[in-house]
Amino acid sequence: MSYLPYAVAAWLCLVGLAGVATSKNLIHLAVCLTVTQSSSYVLLLSVGYVEHGKAPIFKGIPLHSTAVDPVVQALTLTDVVVSVVVVALILALALDAHRLSGTVDPDGITDFSG
Amino acid sequence: MSRRVRLALLTPALLGLGGLFAWAIAGLPEFGDYRGPYGYVLNQIVVPLRHSTNVVMGTTFDVRGLDTMGEEFILYAAVVGVTLLLRDESGAGRVERRTRRARSDTVRLLGVLMIGVGLLVGLWLVAFGYITPGGGFPGGVVLAGAIVVLYLVGSHRDYGPFRNEHALDPFEGLGAGGYVITGLAALALGLQFLTNLFGYGKAGTLLSAGSIGILNAASGIAVTVAMLLLFAEFLETYVVPLEPEDVGS
Repeated sequence: MSYLPYAVAAWLCLVGLAGVATSKNLIHLAVCLTVTQSSSYVLLLSVGYVEHGKAPIFKGIPLHSTAVDPVVQALTLTDVVVSVVVVALILALALDAHRLSGTVDPDGITDFSG
Repeated sequence: MSRRVRLALLTPALLGLGGLFAWAIAGLPEFGDYRGPYGYVLNQIVVPLRHSTNVVMGTTFDVRGLDTMGEEFILYAAVVGVTLLLRDESGAGRVERRTRRARSDTVRLLGVLMIGVGLLVGLWLVAFGYITPGGGFPGGVVLAGAIVVLYLVGSHRDYGPFRNEHALDPFEGLGAGGYVITGLAALALGLQFLTNLFGYGKAGTLLSAGSIGILNAASGIAVTVAMLLLFAEFLETYVVPLEPEDVGS
């Protein structure tokens, strides 16, 4: 087997962070953050993979088949929910920023207060 | 901070982080070489003990049911947060808006078909969540997605009921509250919070898994309504100028 899935997770994390740091648009920034967060899904699902394991759903497969770890899959579910709500909050803040300063470029928002 | 300074700081930081990742990965067991006991243990015990053939949902709603309650309230808190952020107290810009209906019959027909198929798939994902792949969380998102297609192919007015917060709020309460009440019911009977109360039924049928089915349905409702509430909040701030031919249509 290989380390490729872990490398993919690391790459997604780095590339997303680079996007967040260099973003010129708050909506683009939210998408970049989603990419970073996707790396955690890849990592979680990779660490739970059992070689030749099936999905941990014992409908149609015998009860004692080798299956992958269900714990990390349940954690990924939580992760996705958190990702969705974080994006929703960032987009709401982006709307507010646009209303107050007329721009969605993080560098263009100069006067912070409150 | 200027762009150049930021890039100058970013590059070494990312290289350093990448190096740390490489170091960490080198210490991990190879992909597929799973060692932890928990996955194996749950795969062995959840079906015999809880009769939930989908072990992921059995884990989500039983083994770590308390965590999932927290997760539901994360979603709830986000809806409250977005509502507070976007609420325009002055009431300015609160014009009754009407958008154009999609004009193309093909788009409308395909859209209506998508709504039907989406609702069906969503309901199936929620209803059979503890038997086959699915569950209240993914199913709820599909259901909300199917309803939002109505906005895309219909008009603002067709979508009316689904952006009415006062109509949606009781359902959000039912979803989030139903979860907590199921947990409290066990306490009232002198058991631990969220103890699986009902008979486990026959594994692989809808009448199985006890409380898991109820918690699954409650989170299905909570997720669907939370997504609709989020969408309704964003919709409220979205202003579309009326085109002359649309006035009165």
